[in-house]
Amino acid sequence: MTLPAFATFLEEHRVPVYRFLLASVGPGDTDDCFQETFLAALRAYPKLREESNLRAWVLTIATRKAIDHGRARARRAVPVEQLPERATHEQADGDPELWRAVGALPERQRAAVVHRYVLDLPYADVARVLGCSEEAARASAYEGRKKLRTMRELEELGGKP
Amino acid sequence: MTKEFGSMRRADVDGASRLAAQAVIDAARRLGLEDVAVATIDSPVGELLVAGTHRGLVRVAYPDEPPDVVIEELAETLSPRVLEDPRALDLVRRQLEEYFEGRRDRFEVRLDWTLAPSGFSRKVLEATARIPFGSVSTYGEMAKRAGSPRAARAAGNALHDNPIPPPAGSGSTAAVSGGRSSCSAWRGP
Repeated sequence: MTLPAFATFLEEHRVPVYRFLLASVGPGDTDDCFQETFLAALRAYPKLREESNLRAWVLTIATRKAIDHGRARARRAVPVEQLPERATHEQADGDPELWRAVGALPERQRAAVVHRYVLDLPYADVARVLGCSEEAARASAYEGRKKLRTMRELEELGGKP
Repeated sequence: MTKEFGSMRRADVDGASRLAAQAVIDAARRLGLEDVAVATIDSPVGELLVAGTHRGLVRVAYPDEPPDVVIEELAETLSPRVLEDPRALDLVRRQLEEYFEGRRDRFEVRLDWTLAPSGFSRKVLEATARIPFGSVSTYGEMAKRAGSPRAARAAGNALHDNPIPPPAGSGSTAAVSGGRSSCSAWRGP
C-alpha cells in the first residue's frame, strides 16, 4: 500500500483524533496533545510501511499522548476535593455530567470507553490502540462503562433523548 | 447502546480540529518536518497547484491535472510528508500572481529540478527558465542554448514534460521548430 500524502492523512483523521482527545484530556489540553500526536506521526510517517490501518495507528499515538499527559498531570496534582480540573468540560454541549464522569475514569478505561463508544472502533482496533489483547480491551471498556453507570445512575437517565 | 454518549459523539469539533491542524502545519514548517508544501492559486487559466521543497519550487500543475492526484504523486515521488501550506509558498504565489497579471516577466524563486527529466531535457528547461517572459524563442533556439543545436524536436519534448511551467519555460517558446507561432497553452489570455 502507498502512503497517502500527510495532508490527506491529517484531513482524514483530525476529527476523530480531536474528539478522542477532547473526551480524554479535556478542552484545556486537547490542542497541545493534538499537536504532539500529529507531529509524532509526521516524524514517523516516511518510515511507515505496510500500514493499512492509519486510523488505528494515529489513535495509538493519541492514546499514548493522552495517557502520558494524565500521568504527568497526576504527578503534578495536589489533592483537591472531588474530581480533577481536567474533567470539567464546560464548553461541551448538552451533558456536562457525562464529560465529567468520563474524565474521572482511570486512563485506560477512559481510552477504551471513548474509542469504543464515542469513535465506534471495533474491539480489535481498541486492543491495538491500547496495546493489549482484545479480551483486555473488552474488559477495560466494560469496567469503564460500569463505573460510568454507577456515577451517573444511567438507568434513571435512560429515557432522556 | 451508544446513545448515552450522544453529546460526545455529536460534539462539533470540525472547526476546532481544523485550527489545531493548522497549528500542526505551522509547527511542522518551523521544525523543518515539511518536505513538500503545496497550495493552490487562482490564475486566468483556472486554479493552479504549486509545490515547493526545501530546495525551491518543484511543481506547478495546471487545472487539467486534478490537485488530489498531483498531491498523491508528489507524496509518492518526493516524500509522503506533503502538507497544505500556502504560507510556505507566499513568495512564489505572489510572483505567479504578478506574472498572470502581466506585471512580472522573470521569476526570482529558487527552483528544485528533482522532477525534471535529466540530461538534455533538463538543460532545455534550465535554459528556458532564463528567457524573460515576452521574448520569443524557438525550439531550435532552445536546443542551441541547451548545447545541441540540432535537437529542436527533443527540446520541444522537454518542454512538454516540464514540471515547473512557469517559471521554467516561461518565455514564449514557439511550437514549430524554426517558426514563430505564439505561445504555449498555459500562458492564458
